[in-house]
Amino acid sequence: MSRDELLEFDEVVAAFDPVIGLEVHVELATLTKMFCACSTRFGAAPNSQVCPVCLGLPGSLPQVNGQAVESSIRIGLALGCSIATWCRFSRKNYFYPDMTKNYQVSQYDEPLCYDGSVEVDVDGELITVPIERAHMEEDAGKSVHVGSLTGRIEGAEYSLMDYNRGGVPLVEIVTKPVLGTGAGAPAVARAYVATLRDIVRALGVSDVRMEQGSLRCDANVSLMAKGTTTLGTRTETKNLNSLKSIEKAVRYEMCRQGAILAAGGRIKQETRHWHEDGSYTAAGRSKEEAEDYRYFPEPDLVPVAPSREWVEALRATIPAPPRERLAALREQWGFAEPEMRDVAAADAVDLVAATIAAGAAPQAARKWWMSELMRRANAAGLGLADLAITPAAVAQVQGLIDEGRLNDKVAREVIDAVLAGEGTPREIVDARGLAVILDTSALQAAVDAQIAGHPDVAERIRAGKTQAVGVLIGAVMKQLGGQADAASVRALILATLEG
Amino acid sequence: MECPVALTSTDVARLADLARIDLTVKELEQFAGELGVVLDAVAQVSAAARPDIVPTSHALNLTNVFRDDVVRPSMPLADVFAMAPAVEQDGDSTWFRVPRILGEAA
Repeated sequence: MSRDELLEFDEVVAAFDPVIGLEVHVELATLTKMFCACSTRFGAAPNSQVCPVCLGLPGSLPQVNGQAVESSIRIGLALGCSIATWCRFSRKNYFYPDMTKNYQVSQYDEPLCYDGSVEVDVDGELITVPIERAHMEEDAGKSVHVGSLTGRIEGAEYSLMDYNRGGVPLVEIVTKPVLGTGAGAPAVARAYVATLRDIVRALGVSDVRMEQGSLRCDANVSLMAKGTTTLGTRTETKNLNSLKSIEKAVRYEMCRQGAILAAGGRIKQETRHWHEDGSYTAAGRSKEEAEDYRYFPEPDLVPVAPSREWVEALRATIPAPPRERLAALREQWGFAEPEMRDVAAADAVDLVAATIAAGAAPQAARKWWMSELMRRANAAGLGLADLAITPAAVAQVQGLIDEGRLNDKVAREVIDAVLAGEGTPREIVDARGLAVILDTSALQAAVDAQIAGHPDVAERIRAGKTQAVGVLIGAVMKQLGGQADAASVRALILATLEG
Repeated sequence: MECPVALTSTDVARLADLARIDLTVKELEQFAGELGVVLDAVAQVSAAARPDIVPTSHALNLTNVFRDDVVRPSMPLADVFAMAPAVEQDGDSTWFRVPRILGEAA
């Protein structure tokens, strides 16, 4: 648990200007690794996707994956970066069992992409986040720590290494320090990573799934006393595996550093780790992290020198920024601005688009995802995309409603059955006999029975008090077990009483 | 370009620490001398360096040597683990087993 003194957030932003910087690692969805032809498939048996190159065996030689270079350039272009005319890979030397070579092939003083910017929409306000660089590197292996209580490295007896991820292509995207965001700093950090994720996803070069580690974020935070222009000492917080945790961690660091500075203390430059359970940051291992990576140009690889023709050809493949796409979709779907903002904030744009593409009306598609399905996702602690229902199934449920075969209540039952894995909406409706009763004679029989059973109500309706029809609709629906279309029942009751 | 300043045993101690190699005081002095000779030899390049000569970064004058993104078979597991000092297996899963990463002091 956190033992840190925290200053109230309002007091922090009254006395200090926060400065944030974000480092995002994006795992590229190439078929093969950065420097060898091993598969990058996620979820394979440990160490089944390794070879002499990614295991760093003597005598092996790396070969650059051209597709990874192309994807990296496209990311750089989408972030408005300049693309280097000539750059090299460098070795970053460190000792840790996640890299068998004892160095990571990365880029140091010659990044492939540099000097860009990203426009970020923070609650309707556009903020420009400057990009320092985007460079290519290889991912490290994964470790499992054994013998400690919670699987953490502290107190572990030994560790198990899986090198399948070792050598998978990464692009590291680093912002320049972002100043002047004030109390908005946590929201800007979150919105930036969300925007970056959407940009990269639109390029189709990565799954960018934070929970699977194909997008990872480290957040640098420092505080500057109001009225000064000297940057404060920063901390770097790692292990931020959701958008929510980025926002919470930036806020936490601001309050922690604020308390230290307000008490006249000094911030220690260090790496901190975000602890999701408990929502706090804690200092990392400063001894092991004494940084001296002794970078030098990778002697086994020749430079990368993208021709201007190649860069321009790739520039032509860059889609419109997600912000522009949203504006176009809003127009096309006829959503109000707050509706579109909610859909985007819930990460539901692609789901709604797919539901519409599968035949649902835009507002119907939006309502299903933003109300019924959102409620179920929240209850299960899942994202909308993780629910066990496809946009096609949602569209099919709406189609059944439009056909008059389902009413809203029964449709919700069908949705629950789909989520429970019982099949497609049509299969469930058939298997459970859930469809509303369309058989007019059955409906008429129920209507006649309830009119006979409620003569006083029937009389009032005949006398012109049509609002009383609700009582009869309720009675008919109850008799039919809810499996009728309320509007049809209403019409039938009124027609019967008039006739 | 000036010749580099002579390597001291303090420099070597720092390098040894970074490389996780334990050296005795005698070895530190011995390597300071030997590595100094290596540095002097490399420093001769400075004599040939002129402002109009682009620094060489690779023996081959090539750029953009790329491989197609096509999967080739990885190593058989038996070959992979034949080299491992320690292995742990659980069903179909096999890992390299490595000693405790953090010391007791951490």
